[in-house]
Amino acid sequence: MPGKLKAKIVAGRHLPVMDRASDLTDAFVEVKFGNTTFKTDVCPKSLNPQWNSEWFKFEVDDEDLQDEPLQITVLDHDTYSANDAIGKVYIDIDPLLCNEAASVISGWFPIYDTIHGIRGEINVLVKVELFNDLNRFRQSSCGVKFFCTTSIPRCYRAAMVHGFVEELVVNEDPEYQWIDRIRTPRASNEARQRLISLMSGELQRKIGLKVLEMGGNAVVGYLQCFDLEGESGLVVRAIGTACTLDKLSSGSAPNTNTHVHCNTAPASNACNSPSKDGKEPVFGEDPPSSSGPPTPFRALPTSSSSPPPFSPSKPCSRQSSSSDTDLSLTPKMGMGSGGSAGKEAGPLKTLLRQQTQTALEQREFPFFTLTSFPPGFLVHVGGVVSARSVKLLDRIHNPDEPETRDAWWEEIRQEIKSHAKALGCHAVVGYSESTSICEEVCILSASGTAAILNPRYMREGCLDIGSTDHRFEEPSPPSCGFCHIPYDELNMPFPAQLTYCYLCRRQKVPDVLFTTIDLPPEAAVTGKGCLIQARLCRLKKKAQGEVNATCISNLLPFMEYELHTQLMNKLKLRSMNALFGLQIQISVGENMLLGLASATGVYLTALPTPGGIQIAGKTPGDLSNEHHILTIQKRINDTIAKNKELYQINPPELTEEGVGSPIPEPRQRSRLFRSHSESSDDMSELDLSHGKKDAFVLEIDDTDAVEDIHSLLTDAPTPTGFYSCNTETMPGIYNWTSGVQMFTSVRVFRLSNANLTNQGLNKIFTDLCENLLKSFYFKLRSMIPCCLCHLNFTVAVPEEELIQVTVTAVAMTFDTDQTQEKPAEKAIIKGSSETEEQLQFPLELCSDPSSTNTQPLSRISVSSLERSSPLPEGRSRSLRSSRSFGGSSVTVVKMSPLSFLPGTRIIKYLGIINMFFIRETTSLREEGGVSGFLHSFIAEVFAMVRAHVAALGGNAVVSYSMKECVLMENPNKNQAQCLINVSGDAVICVRETDQEAAVSTTNLGQTCSSASESAT
Amino acid sequence: MAVELDVFVGNTTIMDEEVYQLWLDGYTVNDAVKVRMQGGVLEECEANADVLLSDTMDQYRTFQMCERLLHSPPKLANQLLFQIPPHRQTILIERYYAFDDLFVREVLGKKLSKGTKKDLDDISAKTGVTLKSCRRQFDNFKRVFKVVEELKGPLVENIRQHFLLSDKLARDYAAIVFFANNRFETGKRKLQYLNFQDFAFCAGQLISNWTVGAVDNMVEDMDVDLDKEFLQELKELKILITDKDLLDQHKSLVCTALRGKTKAFNEMEANFKNLSRSLVNIAAKLTNTKDVRDFFIDLVEKFIEPCRSDRWTAADMKLYLTHYTNSAHILDTFKHQVVWDRYMGVIKSCIFKMYHD
Repeated sequence: MPGKLKAKIVAGRHLPVMDRASDLTDAFVEVKFGNTTFKTDVCPKSLNPQWNSEWFKFEVDDEDLQDEPLQITVLDHDTYSANDAIGKVYIDIDPLLCNEAASVISGWFPIYDTIHGIRGEINVLVKVELFNDLNRFRQSSCGVKFFCTTSIPRCYRAAMVHGFVEELVVNEDPEYQWIDRIRTPRASNEARQRLISLMSGELQRKIGLKVLEMGGNAVVGYLQCFDLEGESGLVVRAIGTACTLDKLSSGSAPNTNTHVHCNTAPASNACNSPSKDGKEPVFGEDPPSSSGPPTPFRALPTSSSSPPPFSPSKPCSRQSSSSDTDLSLTPKMGMGSGGSAGKEAGPLKTLLRQQTQTALEQREFPFFTLTSFPPGFLVHVGGVVSARSVKLLDRIHNPDEPETRDAWWEEIRQEIKSHAKALGCHAVVGYSESTSICEEVCILSASGTAAILNPRYMREGCLDIGSTDHRFEEPSPPSCGFCHIPYDELNMPFPAQLTYCYLCRRQKVPDVLFTTIDLPPEAAVTGKGCLIQARLCRLKKKAQGEVNATCISNLLPFMEYELHTQLMNKLKLRSMNALFGLQIQISVGENMLLGLASATGVYLTALPTPGGIQIAGKTPGDLSNEHHILTIQKRINDTIAKNKELYQINPPELTEEGVGSPIPEPRQRSRLFRSHSESSDDMSELDLSHGKKDAFVLEIDDTDAVEDIHSLLTDAPTPTGFYSCNTETMPGIYNWTSGVQMFTSVRVFRLSNANLTNQGLNKIFTDLCENLLKSFYFKLRSMIPCCLCHLNFTVAVPEEELIQVTVTAVAMTFDTDQTQEKPAEKAIIKGSSETEEQLQFPLELCSDPSSTNTQPLSRISVSSLERSSPLPEGRSRSLRSSRSFGGSSVTVVKMSPLSFLPGTRIIKYLGIINMFFIRETTSLREEGGVSGFLHSFIAEVFAMVRAHVAALGGNAVVSYSMKECVLMENPNKNQAQCLINVSGDAVICVRETDQEAAVSTTNLGQTCSSASESAT
Repeated sequence: MAVELDVFVGNTTIMDEEVYQLWLDGYTVNDAVKVRMQGGVLEECEANADVLLSDTMDQYRTFQMCERLLHSPPKLANQLLFQIPPHRQTILIERYYAFDDLFVREVLGKKLSKGTKKDLDDISAKTGVTLKSCRRQFDNFKRVFKVVEELKGPLVENIRQHFLLSDKLARDYAAIVFFANNRFETGKRKLQYLNFQDFAFCAGQLISNWTVGAVDNMVEDMDVDLDKEFLQELKELKILITDKDLLDQHKSLVCTALRGKTKAFNEMEANFKNLSRSLVNIAAKLTNTKDVRDFFIDLVEKFIEPCRSDRWTAADMKLYLTHYTNSAHILDTFKHQVVWDRYMGVIKSCIFKMYHD
């Protein structure tokens, strides 16, 4: 019995009137954990009751602590009839189980009822006493930290990245159980909320166990999803990346490495800018920040030449080597990789690759859910790999053995792995999985970016002796290294046009690069980036079962092909050559399939200048046609020219080929591998590269092509002052100011039942997305200049004639005084009262001109903690705190889908927020129709997230996302129901202060040089 | 193709002040869109009518959801549903409780009852203020009235604390509450020339001098009810007109002081007795609730109108009333100096304020 949970109910406020006669309420509270329930006294006749209860104590297993939420029910006491429930609060106590996160939960929580929404607030105190049980880690996984953030969290250092963890649990959906016919909607909703909360807890615990087995202490990039399979059940699944994280205290930290290891080194400035000599940046190589002790191991590697990096000679005394996923330092027998000690002959590169491969191959799936990496982690990027599979759902017979679902995913992952291999890569980064369900058909999708990683992170302790490795590596500069092809030039997996890297001129690069990851901060970029979307609708016949699945399977490759073509054309039209953060979503409805691909286009300096787009007619004789073609060609050329100006793409004119020529470079290729495993191998690896055909010559003889061109040209440009991207940050924008506005927007379109064609649908869908963007620009116009970051579109076909688009994004203000250079060299202090007004929070402007000088300094200190942030902020503006809210007791909580908040520094991660809510109404009209209903529900969800974060002591949520927003309506019955699942990381962040800048003075020289290099 | 659902929710609640005003003014969504279009927002940022409609609907919804909170403003600062920065909360509240002078003039002194509420459409037609806006304003008056009715302490302060209003607005509300409570007649044709600010000023004078609160600041309704004892004492002033000697003496003192200082001297001299009788009679009758209600109409009919027909200037009025008040102190047989001052102080400032075209 290793834990004691204590809860105290303090007070309530703004309670609803439950007794019409007196206009008052006799409220009391039930506190439940597991099977134990406590009650407070009744506080008679008050809408603002003060209970001040004793501490209710629950003595429980830590397993239960992880799985169960604390359930608080507020009721109205009624002498003669049953007590009426006012509402509930579920508190996830997981954050209290990790000593590095929150220590107490205390604050006002909205009392939530699935029928009435928020009904007042309750003040609660929760504490956990964990007994120091040595066996603790064996029974549960208390203490494993979870992060939604898909990069190494800001105040940690990755001592080791263990790799992929996944788990899924299934259950029957209470909504579809027989009992649901006799219970109230409220009871059914609550049963569902509770079940999902339990399942999430269980899932997290199980994943935690896997992490502990692997020897890690944290999961980064934790992605949990629900599959509401209807009749056949409820699946909760999660993937993540297991890591061993060391906490960094500001300045430098003493090593908190928990591993018994001979090579422990100061866990100091894990992040470093690329080293100037052009070597692969190495983690342990850079000196720790000023206050840290010099690393004794720093010099060691250079002198020791004999032990190869993968030599098993280093003692590995960690206990838990039982796991099959654990990376053994000794290559297993039979792997035949030849990576064992002493093999120094042969090309070193190959050796390195082999060894890394070995290391990774020993894992079942060398996948990483991270999208942003410590410098040097990512060696080469191959391209996007994806796999889809259409499945027929059937009832899950034995929830304890969810074998079928496991097998499905296993199959898909295998496919991804083989695609990556075909690209010459041993790992997949930026990996994610998703589903789309319609009736009994389910499309499972997985995608990621094939990559070659630096093995250093995969091996224990190797970080600290990192520089041993670098003699095996070619000196490829970090600003272009990742672009260099990972596959064998002579044995390419697909036809590709390779050129020498435009930066280093030593390695081959492809002409276009598609990835699912964020732009590496050290990458050299020309100009700014922009959001690029490909949208597609395809009608399909209504069908059942097997036939339906086959029909969908047959459509999928065509959809992927078209989406890909659209993306490529739009990329060319913007004169860019790479896509980051690519997400391709295919949603299935009863009579159509929707495809939406979103990515952020950029011009990578290392890659060749893209050619233009050339229009060709098939009947050259026709004069009028020729004229028409010329007009279109001119419009396209104009658009390209305009876009170049808009995105400030002025690549250095060092190319032999004519830069900016509208004549297309022949042969595009695709890094996109898809397949579709229903029909297995014969279809996989569809070549999307258009074969040898010249992809950029668009023939406009058929209507489809005309349509394509129109859709190309009708994409409205973003209004002046706005930029947009779907990645963490906008390439080319660095000096963010602190204006932040996170928002969620949902639109549902009802298609008129006229006979729609594919083209008609495409137009509707495109307009829908474009209009949404326009609306955002309009609404946020007072934040100009501003960038919409992390624009995350989700599409769904909730009913036959409905299209639902859900968008979550954050608008961030920046300083117009941009330069193409990263701002380390340039500090701008400018108070924009406009921004401040818009921001709607009192801000402290740093008016002290001296801070202009310290800006480069603060960049260092910031970067040492926020390593992957490309946006140092010299301008110190306050993140508003509760104090700024005058007499109010409400803490201001910022929310952002990004892993950071501009102008601030995260000092503590308080735990993961993962909440699931159901809201139902039987008075839809009275609540303002579906829009009114959903509007208040989303506002309520935000409020509950903020309240939980504030109760944990936090003031912000980062990596926030709304994973699910399922709306079902029945206007005829005046009913609607909505399910929302949100997640994020609760954090405490503080405004960057000048004081920190001073601390890092000693690092000035080093960073300045590295900064200037990274700006090349 | 139709938009079935369209929502936009920001973590920080986005509110456009222009749209808020349109909402408060009772514009329908479509009308508001038209107004906004004419205002030229569209050109400003490359949007189209659909975008504007969607934005307006969103904001209207937000305001509707906030309205419940605005009914008890302190809740706005403590609620969790909307994250609204404090200065914006202040604006929301202040604007919500702002009212049209034209409208308030119509309901001033009326009972804030359902009956009056039924007449709002007439008032709306007459003032040109939309019915929706009339209702909001009327409900605001009623709500403030109900809350402060039972509270102890100074009226203005109570309103400010319970509704978080600015000092100016709180004072206006105090006037409205005061008028509604005492049911002062303000609707007569002869009073039409007076605007709300005239009455609000007078209310302020009455509240700070004639109510219970003027002598004791810890009783209920202290600023709403007139001080009964004081009203009783006012009867004593009758001596000024019933005692012939006193009246003559008073007249001669005033006339001596006024002679040669004003062109209207002759009229003043001629009308002195009538005017003095009017003012003292008004005072003496204030014990009757009915006469309290007619306080302003009496002032106008019995004092202001005669003076105006004699073409007194505002300066004349000031001169006359000052000497009229001060001379009473010199009357040796007149013992009610304190009551006199308390009465005339208010009468003087009210008449000054009301003496205009």
